[in-house]
Amino acid sequence: MTPLRAVSGRVPSMQTESSPQDQPLASPAGTGAPHVVVVEGLSKYFGDRLAINDISFAIRPGECVGFLGPNGAGKSTAIHILLGLVRRSSGTIRLLGAEVPKHHQEVKAKIGVVPQIDSLDPDLSVEENLLTYAGYFNIPRRQARHKADELLAFFALENRRQEIITHLSGGQRRRLLLARALINEPQLLILDEPTVGLDPQSRHLMWERLDILRQQGTTMLLTSHYMEEVARLSNRVLILDRGEIVAQGDPEELITEMVGTEVFEVEGTDAELDRLAAEFSQCDATLERASGKLYIYTQEDCTRLVHLLGEQRTWLRRPSNLEDLFIHLTGRSLRES
Amino acid sequence: MKTLAFTKIWVRNARVWHSHILATLIGNLGQPFLFLIAMGYGLGRDVGPINGLSYLQFIAPGLVASSVMYAAAFETTFGSYTRLAMQKSYEAILMTPLTVTDLVLGEVAWGASKGLISALIMVAALPLFGVWPSWWALGLLPLLLVAGIFFAALGLIMTALAGNYEFFNYFISLVLTPLFLFSGIFFPLDTLAPPARFLFSLLPLSPVVDLARMLTYGRFEGPLFLKIVIPVMVTLATVWLARLLLQRRLIQ
Repeated sequence: MTPLRAVSGRVPSMQTESSPQDQPLASPAGTGAPHVVVVEGLSKYFGDRLAINDISFAIRPGECVGFLGPNGAGKSTAIHILLGLVRRSSGTIRLLGAEVPKHHQEVKAKIGVVPQIDSLDPDLSVEENLLTYAGYFNIPRRQARHKADELLAFFALENRRQEIITHLSGGQRRRLLLARALINEPQLLILDEPTVGLDPQSRHLMWERLDILRQQGTTMLLTSHYMEEVARLSNRVLILDRGEIVAQGDPEELITEMVGTEVFEVEGTDAELDRLAAEFSQCDATLERASGKLYIYTQEDCTRLVHLLGEQRTWLRRPSNLEDLFIHLTGRSLRES
Repeated sequence: MKTLAFTKIWVRNARVWHSHILATLIGNLGQPFLFLIAMGYGLGRDVGPINGLSYLQFIAPGLVASSVMYAAAFETTFGSYTRLAMQKSYEAILMTPLTVTDLVLGEVAWGASKGLISALIMVAALPLFGVWPSWWALGLLPLLLVAGIFFAALGLIMTALAGNYEFFNYFISLVLTPLFLFSGIFFPLDTLAPPARFLFSLLPLSPVVDLARMLTYGRFEGPLFLKIVIPVMVTLATVWLARLLLQRRLIQ
């Protein structure tokens, strides 16, 4: 049984430091504003298959919420329901204070989305992509040009302005997708695996930009399979498995509470690992055996037992992380059915 | 302004078209012009006049109508399917305040525009073949626009049903080619045996060919009212159905 935590995001510390004169790229959240997203009892059936089972969550202004789960857990379905691309089966959703799907048209004017699959117009130039998208939001031409200039500078795409999309690198395309999502100065930014398939340089550049947006107070919902990305950017995580939320809260607290503070990964023969497992039961730790390895998740300082590991060929001691939490909650087996 | 939101989709497509304008024009105009030369000039010399028109004059207006059909239907099958399945443009558009209705109206308006562009170039080129249209030919504009809307919507229905590009082969072989051959472009329908005549006159391109010929030469005959009202009604129903099917495809 996994404990379900109440909605308790901490307010991002940087939020108050950005002044309105900074010309933020996305509207900063007002103080004391109501929740940006409130989902209650949301379920979705595709035929007989229950894709989302009665989930509830809320996102406050300025929060960056990491939405995690194995493939097929229902993350993309949930996001598509928020955007009206998939119909809900039951439940209520409020986005930016308005009931959806009833008010989707008004609400979508204030949301930016970086989709999982690149949907740039490949035949158009970088600039035309932004201006065309601005047109969908009915943004006046002059204002759109101004905003496009600003975004191209922010995402280091200025000298690629006239380039056709097919000539861009993967990193440039992803940055342009993010720029496009910001063209309407959204109050909520939805990022569906924003750095998938990027090299480390491009990924770090994306993270830097996202971090700036977060500091300016942009509310974000982020899905990713890169735990490092989520750990860096999110104030709070929601972990979804088989259509249900299995945990939500501050990632650090969740890791400490549900996994432990440190992890020992030890390789060895079954006999060796059996012996070690018995020894480590003297310490407050949770043990796991998987594919010839012993994982020891410590809930207290077990340094006094480290000498026992000295004889093992390979072992590793490291702080526990989000990936451990993720595996702990969703298991090690593949989920694609 | 909300009711004109679909024009944004039109603008998007026009921008893309602008970047490979020549290839699409040749693609759309090649076939009707080649038919005009091969049948009208080549075969036409050995075919006697039909209803007082030379064979070239007889087939020219129908070929103009067929160019609308091909240009509009190809745009909303191959073009729209690419945007739907390959480029994910529809998904990107539906993440903005635009709706499926805007999307359908925009795509249909664009397909119809491409049909109209092809047709107008053909009409403008007709004097080169010794075919001089009457002033009534201005009436071709609304006629071919309605035909363009119909065939664009029909193509979009195919796109909503398509699982891959091969699906459109059925559409071309089983729908467009028979319409091209049996809608009275190449032979007059009114001299056929009654069952064949009845059957062929039901084809959606038939009234367009008939009216196009009347307007081109300013010679009117027969019950015009039904020939206008029925195609307009059918066109509206087709757009409605395209919206329904695309909505079903895009919003699960």
